[in-house]
Amino acid sequence: MLKVIDSAVPVACWSCSVAHNESTLFCPHCSKIQPAAAADYFSAFSLDPKLNIDLAALENEFHRLSRKLHPDRFARASENEKEWSLADTALLNDAYRTLKDPLRRTEYLLKLNGAEIGEEHSGKNNANGPSRAPADLLEEVFELNMQLEEMRAARKMGQNDPELETSLMEAKKKFDGLLNAVDHQLRIQWKAWDEGDAAARITAQNEMIALLDRRRYLSNLLRDVTETLGV
Amino acid sequence: MAEGRIVGIDLGTTNSLVAYMEGAKPVVIPGVDGSNLVPSVVALDPMPEDGRPTITVGNSARTTLIESPERVIYSVKRLMGRGLAEIENEIKLFPFRISPDTEAGEVPRIQLGEMRFTAPEISAYILRQLKRNAERFFGSPVTQAVITVPAYFNDAQRQATKDAGRIAGLEVLRLVNEPTAAALAYGLDRAKEGTIAVYDLGGGTFDISILKLRDGIFEVQSTNGDTHLGGDDIDNLLLAVALDEIHSEHGVDLRSDPGAVQALRKQAIDAKIALSSAHVAYFDVELPNGDRYQREIPRDVYELLIEPVLNRTAGPCKQALTDAGITAEQIDEVVLVGGSTRIPAVRQLVDDLFKLSARGKKPHTDLNPDEVVALGAAVQAAILGGESKATDDLLLLDVTPLSLGIEALGGTVAKIIQRNSTIPASATEHFTTGVDGQTNVAIHVVQGERELAADCRSLARFDLKGIPPMSAGLPRIEVHFLIDADGILQVSAREQRSGKAAQIEVKPTYGLTDEQVEGMILDSFDHAEEDFDKRLLIEARNEAETILTAVERAPSNPAWQLLSADEQSAIFTSRDHLISVKNSDDKDTIHNATVALDQATRRFAELMMDAAVTTAIRGKTMETADEELGDAVTAPHPMAAAEFK
Repeated sequence: MLKVIDSAVPVACWSCSVAHNESTLFCPHCSKIQPAAAADYFSAFSLDPKLNIDLAALENEFHRLSRKLHPDRFARASENEKEWSLADTALLNDAYRTLKDPLRRTEYLLKLNGAEIGEEHSGKNNANGPSRAPADLLEEVFELNMQLEEMRAARKMGQNDPELETSLMEAKKKFDGLLNAVDHQLRIQWKAWDEGDAAARITAQNEMIALLDRRRYLSNLLRDVTETLGV
Repeated sequence: MAEGRIVGIDLGTTNSLVAYMEGAKPVVIPGVDGSNLVPSVVALDPMPEDGRPTITVGNSARTTLIESPERVIYSVKRLMGRGLAEIENEIKLFPFRISPDTEAGEVPRIQLGEMRFTAPEISAYILRQLKRNAERFFGSPVTQAVITVPAYFNDAQRQATKDAGRIAGLEVLRLVNEPTAAALAYGLDRAKEGTIAVYDLGGGTFDISILKLRDGIFEVQSTNGDTHLGGDDIDNLLLAVALDEIHSEHGVDLRSDPGAVQALRKQAIDAKIALSSAHVAYFDVELPNGDRYQREIPRDVYELLIEPVLNRTAGPCKQALTDAGITAEQIDEVVLVGGSTRIPAVRQLVDDLFKLSARGKKPHTDLNPDEVVALGAAVQAAILGGESKATDDLLLLDVTPLSLGIEALGGTVAKIIQRNSTIPASATEHFTTGVDGQTNVAIHVVQGERELAADCRSLARFDLKGIPPMSAGLPRIEVHFLIDADGILQVSAREQRSGKAAQIEVKPTYGLTDEQVEGMILDSFDHAEEDFDKRLLIEARNEAETILTAVERAPSNPAWQLLSADEQSAIFTSRDHLISVKNSDDKDTIHNATVALDQATRRFAELMMDAAVTTAIRGKTMETADEELGDAVTAPHPMAAAEFK
């Protein structure tokens, strides 16, 4: 579905019987919607699998395709057409949701290339995400976790500890900064991947996997701090 | 079959409406009594010795509510798609009861007089009334509809609404979220661009939706809400105050008298409505022991009382903003929907939440908050029909309000589709077996945001069967979860190694089976097109007979004496005209004469309604009330007041 491959085998349109490329969404001859075939999120938008993408163009294309494919356009069509429209639109929506978000996009592309990584956004792997702190942060993380424990205990007793609060706020600032640094490095790797040859891509891919791990750890930590502080 | 019009229906907790696109403009279709609102109240008339039970819907059913509350059901939307355990507490606030023979796991049946109905069946009676109103209006059959639901409705509540449509003989082409429908109604004539928030506080549900409008595309960014929060809760607070004070000050416990409670509820609703414009409202009730309960309710006291209810809308608003990734200041416009947004304290709260005054803005209230959802449903109906130029460029992209998850090891939830994902949305998951030769795998699907499956809402248990026997861990079963454009889950599965489509047996946690719905479909007669004109004529004659019977008895009612001589003679003139045309074969002539007589008796009906309220509060038995009022008060809706808003 939504796949654009030059070598696709021509098939006959279910409606007008004129042969067409398997990858087309609509029959070029009679404009009827065609049965769905599996496709990845990038090809759903006729994009090369790259990490730097034009978000405004992506949104425009999402709206353009939605207008053509959405089940609202097929409310009184045949059962088959309804089903294809539903499947196509679900894929389009899933693809848009993934590609418009920089982290989901990175994770998705890495997985397309065979990398095994946790999913920050799926929720399901939160529990078994990396529990080990990055080596360079061991000490600070240990200190922070102690403070968080203290803070929770104090809150439970209905007490306030302004000093502890200030120190947690400072830690939050620091870890926010670290998170931003990770994002910056990720973007550098995007460029390396998008523009590199096969060897450069492997290097970039490994870098990105490590960065995503670090990022997941940092954002979980920040979430704990935010929840404890209630800010 | 020639395709008829698609109508848009707002199936509300308190009132329901049906609308359609007249050219480029959505309009509400009035009922035979000329009112746009059909109260969502269903009554079972006293059983005739032989023959079929008569169900009435709307204003007439509301009169019955005070006369014989055990024969009436209202606010049934609160019970849609919910299990016995979930509604046990809620049902205590209603005069009607769950049938004692309902078993755990079954769709609860509500006792109505001698009969029992599920919530979708009761809703179907309301839908059928709206369908008939539309058919009478068009003079042709109506078989397809768009129905609105609260955005925060879960899968089971949506499915129950679709079932209700099917039972009523309507093909539900789309379920549309109420706030989104409202946005469509507003967006139609103003080709707006920007980010809007729709704050929808109705009779029983609260929704907040944030949308981005661009080039005719209405893209929902996030939605949140509470399916059990609304005007009903405010009524209950006022009612509780009155009941408590009557008990403590006068030693009278009205709680055991459903008729008196309903009459008092009417005063509570009247007071609530009055307090949206007046600064003080009153309870004034004559009690069975001859005492009088009089109570002044100043607006500031009222606002203190309802503050906790209103504040419950703040959390969902903030969450919706967070989920959309924006701040209150980035909202360009706020649209108010639902009758409860007429309350000044609600408007103040919205102003504070979205910092409107501070930015020199005002919420949009130009469209009638009671009608805007139905109007939007009509716009969506036109979009689906694809026949209106006005809606050619419009497209609604809505989201699922709740995350979809699977129960994983240890009872935790693995989320597979996040809340606020644009629908249709899908996810593919792989499962395998844990034991050698295992041929079944069970999957428990839940909806909600909590970490433990037990805290989420159970949707269904899927039993994947017919897996070829293999060593444990070898089968690879691919399960495809898809939330369709109505927000309802579809599941398909395939064993990848054998390529066999796995059989799926679905056990919905709540809800009717297909067979049950088939068995409930109301009068198949409704579908037969050739009988349609005949039916309209019969209906028109029946309506004429009903109102004539009521008018015949009217002079014996005390309320009759309150009418002026002119009013009385106007009623007689209209009556004589209707008698002269009622046996003709022209349904329109009969219908018009019926409407004219109904109009002439409008004030009489109101007087009678007030009398019924007073009688009920005084605690008279039904029999004496009947003697005094005559049977006229139980007449179908043309005779009853439509003053509830």
